[in-house]
Amino acid sequence: MNVLEIVLEIISWVLLLGGSFFSIVGGIGIVRLPEFFSRLHGGGVTDTLGAGLIMAGLMVQAGLSLVTVKLLTILFFLVVTSPSSCHALAKAALFGGLKPELDKNPPSSRDKSSS
Amino acid sequence: MKYSPILGVLLLAAWLLWSGHFDKPFVMALGVLSCAFSLYVALRMEIVDEEGAPWQLGARPFTHYAPWLAREIVQSNIEVTRIIISPAMPLQRNMVTVTPHAETELGRVMLANSITLTPGTVSVRMEGDEILVHALSFEGAAEDISGEMDRRICQMEKQP
Repeated sequence: MNVLEIVLEIISWVLLLGGSFFSIVGGIGIVRLPEFFSRLHGGGVTDTLGAGLIMAGLMVQAGLSLVTVKLLTILFFLVVTSPSSCHALAKAALFGGLKPELDKNPPSSRDKSSS
Repeated sequence: MKYSPILGVLLLAAWLLWSGHFDKPFVMALGVLSCAFSLYVALRMEIVDEEGAPWQLGARPFTHYAPWLAREIVQSNIEVTRIIISPAMPLQRNMVTVTPHAETELGRVMLANSITLTPGTVSVRMEGDEILVHALSFEGAAEDISGEMDRRICQMEKQP
């Protein structure tokens, strides 16, 4: 095993472990966050950075080949479909009569420009 | 109908990359046939338009928008992760309305999807000219209100 291979292996495993960490954090978020609309955000972490980092790690493992193209396509479709399903869930809950619990009133856009 | 040849070429490219058969004429002929059939079905369903094959945007969504969005996603992921694993969970749940300035429906859908894709903000409802957004913290909500995303999508839409 030459040096380049070892470096690629290290990069790939750092990415894979990072992705696993964010996937687990997303799962913890779904359990810990208090109500439905907040739990959606926990799933978002798993969908984006968790899946993205694992895909990136696998791409480094696969090198320049057709497998990488397929992994890129999987990533693209994940990026398109996961917000759609998330939005469908949120909209269904809202129309089903579930009221989101809010902590404070929303900041107006003027307050934000001063802060 | 300039969109049907574009969709046909995209389907052929996808078939070739998926299968990896570059040297078997019989299998490739079957691939061409299946692409032609998919195109025929899509035409029959009348979904081959500027939304089904958004050629007018070119490669700009991938070259100009995706890198910026990826950086945004990483930042908000770290923010949400910090909220989730901190013992006290400092939640500041709130709802804000965002007004998209994109001209086409495709642009508005891209904005709503981008908002949902960044963790910490979920677009709950889209009505007329407004998107209702549920946010986990004020920082996340502020990013959406500031309209950087909206500005970038408008820019992507307008360029020739």
